[in-house]
Amino acid sequence: MTLEILGITVLGVFLFGYIIVASIDFGAGFFNAFSVVTGKEHILTRVIQRYLSPVWEVTNVFLVFFFVGMVGFFPKTAYYYGSTLLVPASIATILLAIRGAYYAFTIYGGLKYRRYTILYGLTGLFIPASLSIVLVISEGGFVTIRNGGPELDYWVLFTSPLSWSIVVLSLTSVLYISAVFLTWYAQKAKDYNAANLLRKYALAWAGPAIITASGIIVEMRTHNPEHYERLLDLWWLFGLSVLFFAGTVYLLWRRIAYGFAFVLLAGQFTAAFLAYGISHYPYLLYPYLTIYDSFTNKAMATALVTAFIAGLCLLIPSLYLLLKLFLFNKDYVQGNRNDHV
Amino acid sequence: MVNQEAVFFSRVLTELTLSFHIIYATIGVGVPLMIMIAQWVGIKKQDEHYILLARRWTRGFVITVAVGVVTGTAIGLQLSLLWPNFMELAGNVIALPLFMETFAFFFEAIFLGIYIYTWDRFENQKKHLLLLIPVALGASFSAIFITIVNAFMNAPQGFDIVKGQLVNVSPLVAMFNPAMPTKVAHVLSTAYMTSAFVLASIGAYRLLIKGSKHVYHKKALFLTMKLGLIFSVATAVIGDFSGKYLAEYQPEKLAAAEWHFETEKGAPLYLYGVLDNGEVKYALKIPFGLSILAHSNPNAEVIGLDRFPDNEEPPLYIHYLFDLMVTLGMGLTFLAFVYVLGVHRKWPLIFKKWFGRLLVLSGPLAVIAIEAGWWMTEVGRQPWILRGIMRTSEAATGSGQVDTMLMLFSLLYLILGIGSVLVLIRMFRKNPVEQELADRDAEKAGDLK
Repeated sequence: MTLEILGITVLGVFLFGYIIVASIDFGAGFFNAFSVVTGKEHILTRVIQRYLSPVWEVTNVFLVFFFVGMVGFFPKTAYYYGSTLLVPASIATILLAIRGAYYAFTIYGGLKYRRYTILYGLTGLFIPASLSIVLVISEGGFVTIRNGGPELDYWVLFTSPLSWSIVVLSLTSVLYISAVFLTWYAQKAKDYNAANLLRKYALAWAGPAIITASGIIVEMRTHNPEHYERLLDLWWLFGLSVLFFAGTVYLLWRRIAYGFAFVLLAGQFTAAFLAYGISHYPYLLYPYLTIYDSFTNKAMATALVTAFIAGLCLLIPSLYLLLKLFLFNKDYVQGNRNDHV
Repeated sequence: MVNQEAVFFSRVLTELTLSFHIIYATIGVGVPLMIMIAQWVGIKKQDEHYILLARRWTRGFVITVAVGVVTGTAIGLQLSLLWPNFMELAGNVIALPLFMETFAFFFEAIFLGIYIYTWDRFENQKKHLLLLIPVALGASFSAIFITIVNAFMNAPQGFDIVKGQLVNVSPLVAMFNPAMPTKVAHVLSTAYMTSAFVLASIGAYRLLIKGSKHVYHKKALFLTMKLGLIFSVATAVIGDFSGKYLAEYQPEKLAAAEWHFETEKGAPLYLYGVLDNGEVKYALKIPFGLSILAHSNPNAEVIGLDRFPDNEEPPLYIHYLFDLMVTLGMGLTFLAFVYVLGVHRKWPLIFKKWFGRLLVLSGPLAVIAIEAGWWMTEVGRQPWILRGIMRTSEAATGSGQVDTMLMLFSLLYLILGIGSVLVLIRMFRKNPVEQELADRDAEKAGDLK
């Protein structure tokens, strides 16, 4: 394995981690707001907050880790993506900031208003939409080099069916991932009302999620034929992904083994993410930037990998402790403890 | 492609984001240490008040952390969005500490979550103390790593430029650059100092303005003032080293800050004053002061601005920022000294209302000193973004939308600033310590039944 591949794998793992934990977070905010609007707040709010409170900060770190690592391993991405993403990334940052601060203000500060809860839920939909623009741009065709610098063509971006498909995909998968996870969590909390409601949401979003995902592959055929060819070569990974998807839906339908259903869901997204990532190789920004011509010097790459391994030795036990104390702590999950500062 | 308008707005937006962020970041670095110390004192003295102090600080701290985290994410992204050319170049050399900073932040985030959600879970207070250690360490280490990045911008090294290409990169040499020791030490000590004074302000407000007689507030104020004194003395000593560093490695910054125009031996130090057509007026002149400050020798030669071409001179207004920072730092040290000594000697002075008002002001004044210090050091390395290598004007984005983003972010910081202050005030108004102590006693009595 070359250092380039190792670098992009590390970043891929963190991006994937962010997609999963942030989806749970964004979706939870949306379902919470939805329950306020539909008068089902009493069913959902408690279980959602009990999960989110100890981990909301950690979610944010996954994102920071990804973009800092990206610039570290591939400094040229700062030039290409930094120059083009000013507007979408700034909007995402502002929404993330409002969201994070508001969450702390309500949970720790006791500031609770209906309209804020709804606003909070809506930001959870706008953030994935604005972040997914990065994936759209990486397909090529939206950035032109003008006057010696890359520029984003907003008109092409907003009129492209591909960009809208990816935005819709990000929304449906956020809601689907979140609903499946929370179903499992509510079941563990012995909160059967919440589990039943969330199960319905999960089943409702399963169809749209898989349809939009398949739609992207079709879009790719006209947008980026080279990428499309590579995607087809990996048909078996997509097949595996669909199989996992069917398993999750079956288990939810039969109301059994929600934990295993979430594992299958993770498998579904891992397979799809891997297939997408591998077929994207070697481009970071088609056709300007590959992982080879943007890679940092060898000394820095070695230093970063060393720091990464040392960092993991600290992080993994700490994350394990966090999960053990909250996610896998029966008393905490079931709400028998209230140890909150 | 670089347009001058984008350079200007990028500078303003970066300055705005950082100026807002450092208020929360400074508290984020210093307060965990204070919380840890309070918890430790509580265990050592077997005094419930200190443990409660740690927890009440934590509750407020969480709000400031939230704002610190989100504005920190903003500046992290803005580095690449507003200065893509800089990040492309510097990323090759300085990515390591940036990367390590996120680890420290991760570590802190995990343990802070655990600490605040295991309140009362463990009988043994030492376990809570053990959880606080990684929080305080993570906070301080993220400050250390990010300051290293800033130090590199002031004293870039660890690479060679051959025909416009970066070669022979050495990440560790880049990290341990000459600016690093004084910068890191100064940032840490001022963060601890500022946090101590901010917390002292709260205690002073309750005790001397609101007229509470509760012993809890007395303990809080005395502890934080003692810590404030220790860290402000440390800050002054490190500040002196920082001046000596500047004289050696970045003489143009020192010369601009001290209005030292001609290179000369036995250079005088100017305090305050105004600049009028290149003439220093109304200043307090200390003969040989600058030579002593720069080289600990009254006859040493200090390099002046005459040694630098006009287009490499930093703006001269940084002198006012320097004066402000030093005056506030000295004033706060003196205030803490008088208070701590006054408590020991039982001086009536410390119970006076005007003195109480000064104590209440100490926190905000320390924050102003932090801002002034950062503005001075950052403006003082203009026109460079990487001193001697890359000018700020070459580093900025070419995007035409920076002005719109500036407005959006200004609005965001306004909302976050007002929101966090309102929430903090509300939290402590609704649950004063007298109430909380009574509640805890009632709960304990209930347990016994």
